[in-house]
Amino acid sequence: MNWVGELNKAFESRIRLGIMSVLRVNDWMEFTELKEILQVTDGNLASHLSALEKLDFIQVRKQFIGKKPNTSYAVTTSGQQAFDQHLDALEQLIKTRE
Amino acid sequence: MEHKPDPLETLTDIRSMMERSSRFISLSGLSGVFAGIFALLGAAAVAIRYRLSFTMEEYYTRATLSSGIPDAEFFIYLFTVAILVLVASVSVAIFLTTQRARKHNLPIWDRTAQRVVWNMFIPLSAGGIFCLVLLDHGIFTLVAPATLLFYGLALLNTSKYTYPDLRYLALSEISLGLLASFVVGYGLFIWAIGFGVLHIFYGARMYQKYER
Repeated sequence: MNWVGELNKAFESRIRLGIMSVLRVNDWMEFTELKEILQVTDGNLASHLSALEKLDFIQVRKQFIGKKPNTSYAVTTSGQQAFDQHLDALEQLIKTRE
Repeated sequence: MEHKPDPLETLTDIRSMMERSSRFISLSGLSGVFAGIFALLGAAAVAIRYRLSFTMEEYYTRATLSSGIPDAEFFIYLFTVAILVLVASVSVAIFLTTQRARKHNLPIWDRTAQRVVWNMFIPLSAGGIFCLVLLDHGIFTLVAPATLLFYGLALLNTSKYTYPDLRYLALSEISLGLLASFVVGYGLFIWAIGFGVLHIFYGARMYQKYER
């Protein structure tokens, strides 16, 4: 089986992998929290988040806390499946290489 | 095709990001060692002042006067020492943990830290109130075991959100608490073991494992 083919192109970027990893183990994460953990710039994070949102891998929740807008993100079921498949493929790649 | 990262490296990366975002990993093992030392000093302060030996049942007999009523002065002294030990331990833990977080460039008061504090706080407050109830009913013998039991449960609860090693300390505290509730009357001695010796032992182990 060609495991390289099973790897999801959407997760090739390190930042996107980071976003998915963090959201996989945390329910709703705010933009600033993600930024702090992944240590990336606002613009960079925002563009990767919207790419993942377009693929329907993450969902967005916009709220106002007082007057401050607050955006949180969570992984969707299909995002979870895609990410887990990607992890399996990575694992298999390592196994076949040994 | 663009640059392909090594799959093993990628997996390690993913794992570390999952851990960093879901577990509080700045907790310093040294804070356990210090808490243990403070607890032993506190136990010694009580033992010396009232000339108790750690292994005797005198702790219990000392808690009540010959007339059978609780000895208020003894309890006030015991309580003061306990508060001092607690304040010293928590301060040192906060100091060392903050230092470690700074060193690794990690946020100090993020959601993982909040989760740790909440998960400790709830079982501990329940335990604290329960101990006051025991005192109110005059059941002094079960206070020391109850503190260890609830502390152990609080640690067990918290271990999910920080280093999983905390589980072993938690299980030891729970076992000691249960044992002490069968063999009552050695309160000061089991406190010295539970809060002193066990903290030093597991704190040193965590320090060696993660901070060296």
